[in-house]
Amino acid sequence: MKNGFGVFYAVVIALGLSWAGFVVAPAVQLGTAKRTTVLVTGDNWPLQRTGAATLGEQVYRANGCVACHTMQIRQDGVACEVTLAKPGKTPEVVSNLLATLKLSGLTKEEADATIEKISTAGGKAETHVIPTGADITRGWGVRKSVAADYLYDAPLQLGTLRVGPDLANLGGRMADANWHLVHLYAPGVVKGSAMPSYKFLFEVRKVGSAPSSDALNLPKEFAPADGYEVVPKPEAKQLVAYLLSRHADVPLYEAPFTPATKP
Amino acid sequence: MNPAENNSVCSAKIDASCRVPLLVLFNGAGLWLILGLLFSLIASLTFHKPEMFAACPCLTYGHTIAIANDLLVYGFAIPAALGVMLWIFCRLSQAELALPIVPVAAAHLWHLGVLVGVGGILSGNSTGYTWLEFPRASAMLLGVSFVLVAVSAVATFAQRKERELYPSHWFLLASLLWFPWIYSTANLFLGSTHPVRGVAQPIINWWFSNNLIFVWLALVGLGAAFYFLPKISNRPLNSRFYALFTFWTLILFGTWLGIPAGAPVPAWLPTISAFASLLLIIPILAVAVLLKNILIGANVKCFGGNFCYLRFGSVMFLVSAVMLATIGCPKYSRVLEFTWVGQAQIQLQILGFAMMILLGAIYEILPRIMGTELPFKKLVPVQFFCSMLGVALFVIPLAIAGAKQGHAGFDPAAAKFWLMISSSGLLLLLLGSFALLLNSLTMTLKWKVGLVKKVIAAVTAPLPNTEVKS
Repeated sequence: MKNGFGVFYAVVIALGLSWAGFVVAPAVQLGTAKRTTVLVTGDNWPLQRTGAATLGEQVYRANGCVACHTMQIRQDGVACEVTLAKPGKTPEVVSNLLATLKLSGLTKEEADATIEKISTAGGKAETHVIPTGADITRGWGVRKSVAADYLYDAPLQLGTLRVGPDLANLGGRMADANWHLVHLYAPGVVKGSAMPSYKFLFEVRKVGSAPSSDALNLPKEFAPADGYEVVPKPEAKQLVAYLLSRHADVPLYEAPFTPATKP
Repeated sequence: MNPAENNSVCSAKIDASCRVPLLVLFNGAGLWLILGLLFSLIASLTFHKPEMFAACPCLTYGHTIAIANDLLVYGFAIPAALGVMLWIFCRLSQAELALPIVPVAAAHLWHLGVLVGVGGILSGNSTGYTWLEFPRASAMLLGVSFVLVAVSAVATFAQRKERELYPSHWFLLASLLWFPWIYSTANLFLGSTHPVRGVAQPIINWWFSNNLIFVWLALVGLGAAFYFLPKISNRPLNSRFYALFTFWTLILFGTWLGIPAGAPVPAWLPTISAFASLLLIIPILAVAVLLKNILIGANVKCFGGNFCYLRFGSVMFLVSAVMLATIGCPKYSRVLEFTWVGQAQIQLQILGFAMMILLGAIYEILPRIMGTELPFKKLVPVQFFCSMLGVALFVIPLAIAGAKQGHAGFDPAAAKFWLMISSSGLLLLLLGSFALLLNSLTMTLKWKVGLVKKVIAAVTAPLPNTEVKS
């Protein structure tokens, strides 16, 4: 390169290509994304947040929670499981057949073949699609996170470091708002927690004529002095509303699975 | 290199033309370096006892770590790199700094922007995007001042006597175009009140982060190293072809990294990134050859001197880049994604590579632009050994913590011990970092006192006889 223009063209080519690929193309591909529908039920997805949860997203941003938490479940793949729905007219034949077949940890093709065999024997079987992966084994999620889950997030804070647990499906796995309030005030309720307390989102005040219905029900070692109570400020309630609004637990076209049937 | 550079009278004049803007840039950078490492240490102390700063809403980990990282990059690395760049352009052009008042004003604006940004994060107004936490007011100040400095740098570049470009020219000129492009893109797509939808936000954020932390720092760090290493060791850069090859492959492949393998985005994006991290081996090898040619057999005696900084920094680039390529490989990223290993690589890139090279360059430049020795010359090797040991004690435990955490399924207890050790590395880095500000500030004050003395002497001087007689 003999002069400055050479460098200029080099930058325009190199950075321009990646700009087109990683900025413009995703903005075009995903920028017009619309709500999608849940498999089987046909409901809209994702759900619009409530007012409190929308405000809570800003509390999450302002306190930099993203430094320690991710909001993204990863998945290795899926395994299929075949279960018997109806034994049919010849239950003995079917149950003998079932004893000889491999029923879990199957690929889709193997599951289809197994179902075929069972139906020839007269029974009726179903396939359950079960996502696999370390995050799912840990219980952090039931399926992988997909782009559609994040349609209404602004700013979207996926996070890059897991000092604490993943929060992508927090609303789906720990739905008790009071537990979250107690945990924000006194993270020590979880043994070995590395989270600092967010005491400044709470008010410790004298109990008035009657205890507040919002007052936290704290374990003894974290409770304030007698005659005092801990009441969450609006920010704390909003933050918890936001955390509980995080769901990634419905089957979608791009992340199918069979939800556990409610008893 | 330009043979005319050896003309010392001419060089002194050129150096002096850089004095004021470089002092403003370096003094601010020195201060932000100390504060950045201090915030990093405060953030790290949270792991010793999570309750330590819980009473103060400002000092939550989310605030302190964001401030620490932003101060090290926007506070220290960028202004320091701009100062070094201006001086290198003057020297390579054999011309005085063009429009010297512009970078002076811009440097003040830049530091103001950083101050506004830190205040913004502390008061809970961070944007929530990694490496873009500074609120919009601050981002505008930073963007404008960068462009102003770039104008002065390009004007100086245009004055050059020798038309042929030196390899450092490619890297540094490219970095001047690079930053405004990525910073404006990121702020327009993310910083506005209506950011792009959904996962397009993190995609653009990852693109920006990689282009800033890996590519931009690599451009300025290697650009400075390829100027100073041959200059100090008195051996030519061998060869120009390898440098050109490094430049092209670095900007062609390096800029496609950054999308993590498991990201919830269309699959073609992480696939490209994984492929690019494989291709990154090519520029790494080219840099390794260049460094081998210049460092092995270089007969430079340095006991913690400027050459040591530059040598350590450039070797750390290789380590950091290899780490980045490894993390990008899908096989390893399954375990290492979301762990401390990624942070270790980023900190190595900033502190081990960029900071060391920039410090070496600044200590080389300061005595020249001021025309005097460094006032605390002995602190330079002290800082070198503190920083070298500090980087090792900070980055290696972080990487171990990451590996442990990855294998233990993100159990926070697994990483705790190593995180606590990493604080000691930060403490050493912090102790060493005072050397820069002490040196540059003392020089500035001495120079200003000298100026005032000159004025007083001129005012109080007795009238010469010749005037009385007439």
